[in-house]
Amino acid sequence: MSLLSVRDLRVEFKTPDGIVKAVAGVSFELKQGETLAIVGESGSGKSVSNLAYMGLLPQSKTTITGSVILETEDGPVDLIGLAPEKLRAIRGKDIAMIFQDPMSALHPYYTIGDQLIEAHQVHNDVDKKVSADRAIELLTLVGVSNPAERLHSYPHQFSGGMRQRVMIAMALMNNPKVLIADEPTTALDVTVQAQILRLLRDIQDQFEMAVILITHDLGVVAGAADRVNVMYGGRLVESAEVGELFKDPLMPYTVGLLDSIPRMDKGHGNRLKAIPGQPPSLITLGDGCAFAARCSRKAELPEGTCETSPDLIAVKKEHLVRCHLYVGKGK
Amino acid sequence: MSGLLTYISRRLMITIIILLAVSFTVYVIFALLPYDPAALTCGKNCNDPGIIAANRIRLGYDKPFWVQYWIFLTGLFVGRDFGSGAAAIHCDAPAFGYSFQQHACVTDLLGQALPVTVYLAIGALILWLIVGIGLGIISARFRGKIWDTLSTAFVLVGTSLPTFLTGLILIVFLVIKLPGSPFPADGYTAPEEDFGQFLLSMVLPWVTLAFAYAAIYTRFVRSQILEISTEDYIRTAKAKGLSDRMILGKHTLRAALAPIVTMAGLDFAGLLGGAILTEAVFNLPGMGRLSLTAVVDIDLPVIVATTIVAASIVVIMNMILDIVYAFIDPRVRV
Repeated sequence: MSLLSVRDLRVEFKTPDGIVKAVAGVSFELKQGETLAIVGESGSGKSVSNLAYMGLLPQSKTTITGSVILETEDGPVDLIGLAPEKLRAIRGKDIAMIFQDPMSALHPYYTIGDQLIEAHQVHNDVDKKVSADRAIELLTLVGVSNPAERLHSYPHQFSGGMRQRVMIAMALMNNPKVLIADEPTTALDVTVQAQILRLLRDIQDQFEMAVILITHDLGVVAGAADRVNVMYGGRLVESAEVGELFKDPLMPYTVGLLDSIPRMDKGHGNRLKAIPGQPPSLITLGDGCAFAARCSRKAELPEGTCETSPDLIAVKKEHLVRCHLYVGKGK
Repeated sequence: MSGLLTYISRRLMITIIILLAVSFTVYVIFALLPYDPAALTCGKNCNDPGIIAANRIRLGYDKPFWVQYWIFLTGLFVGRDFGSGAAAIHCDAPAFGYSFQQHACVTDLLGQALPVTVYLAIGALILWLIVGIGLGIISARFRGKIWDTLSTAFVLVGTSLPTFLTGLILIVFLVIKLPGSPFPADGYTAPEEDFGQFLLSMVLPWVTLAFAYAAIYTRFVRSQILEISTEDYIRTAKAKGLSDRMILGKHTLRAALAPIVTMAGLDFAGLLGGAILTEAVFNLPGMGRLSLTAVVDIDLPVIVATTIVAASIVVIMNMILDIVYAFIDPRVRV
């Protein structure tokens, strides 16, 4: 059964230049205990799609449609169109988030104890002492030494990796069902990245959480995810189990992404392949295939095919792709 | 904590050095002016070379510049006698000099003027902080709504109306045209004399001065709040499920405190040097009017003193702000 079910999510921003279709009809399911990676380049809609149903986008100029059903104790709830107060009660409790830059994501003027305790107090009517104990318990869990003393430290007294651990502890304060990690390792050193990813993996098993891992780094995906959604131009273009995706990428964009990772096993001297061209403008992007302008295999298709966008179809079991090259080739 | 003490004592040392430099610079500037201080001591139409020569010796203007500065500096700490024998005039420490135009020790003149300006500045500061921060918050909270538009209009009027015009408008409508107006048309009553009358005499100057500053602070607080609202840690607070009110009250305003305190401290220090226009319009005998009269009369000792005092207040306020900052911003304390 799905814990989170996203159906035809669309996010549009009004800007002076026109309407930006940041997310154009994305659907996916998230099961309990699984890690779903969402990959794509900047502006692909990977972050925005998740910030949208969390109510973290500026409301005045944003239009959000579709449905995002979360299974809660009180039954399924559609997060889209939910009263702000009700969404607020879910935010930080059922669905928690950690962000890209732990340097700026913690308030510089409050001790981390303050910030951790506050996260617990908002959703629990308990004594501050209880929240403080919970904070110490979680700091221990994420590997902060001397947690009772460290409660009185300010964010600037921690290193980047430690701060991200604090962020993770803060996200876990209320035992969330879903953890959205928005580029959690992008701002960290490579060695620290691995530690944070391992930590995420460990706590996920322990808390039986579902994790949505938003990243542009396929190296992160390979080690951490169960399933991968590839996004391009605000659309979901490919979705598969992680091993399957790396073994048999279908959509030319996914193939390009994988070719652009440096590989030690392919020998030296091979230049990395970049995907030619620029990401599409989300204002002028029409109904056609978003990737058509950069597609290396466009010539294989009859003229004019790419002016429509294909549906997301299952080519194999659990392997979905939105690509004209595979229309009618399902197995 | 010892780190904080070291920080404060180092800051104090620096301040003392800066104050010395300030006094020296001001003294040099006025020594370079093309006026003969001795000639100025005997009035505007005095040409008696005998009196001038006697005063030159009596006030020490015959001595070399360095000696004069040294006498001035020591006078600040131990007091000073002008002349000798029975005709000598004694000014207690801190002696800034003697004004022949006003026949008084400069320190006494400062002692009369400074409290007036301090009362004026404190009242105005409280008023403009309440109005400016209040309107700034409302304006940011209801951005683009009617309250924001109204407060923007207030900002526009407040920043474009010069103080003397605001003051005159208030005097015309609340004093002259208002029958039985409780506000005195001009003049100042000391608080120890009659506190009620003091408050009445200060209300209009406070409003006049605060009006201009409140407008600037409204705009500043609004922009600070809107800017801080885009910070990552505010998004974190939102993601935790905090209400908008808690985010604004606890997270956003806390971050806006430091810049607001800095700005308020510097504006307040600037005003202590004298709110010349407001004091002139309401005829308040404060630092502004003292300086103005001294400049018009070329009363050098008073000009030197008011300049040094005004500059010192700014320097000292900067030190206080740096120390306060260490309490506001944990990153400054190390």
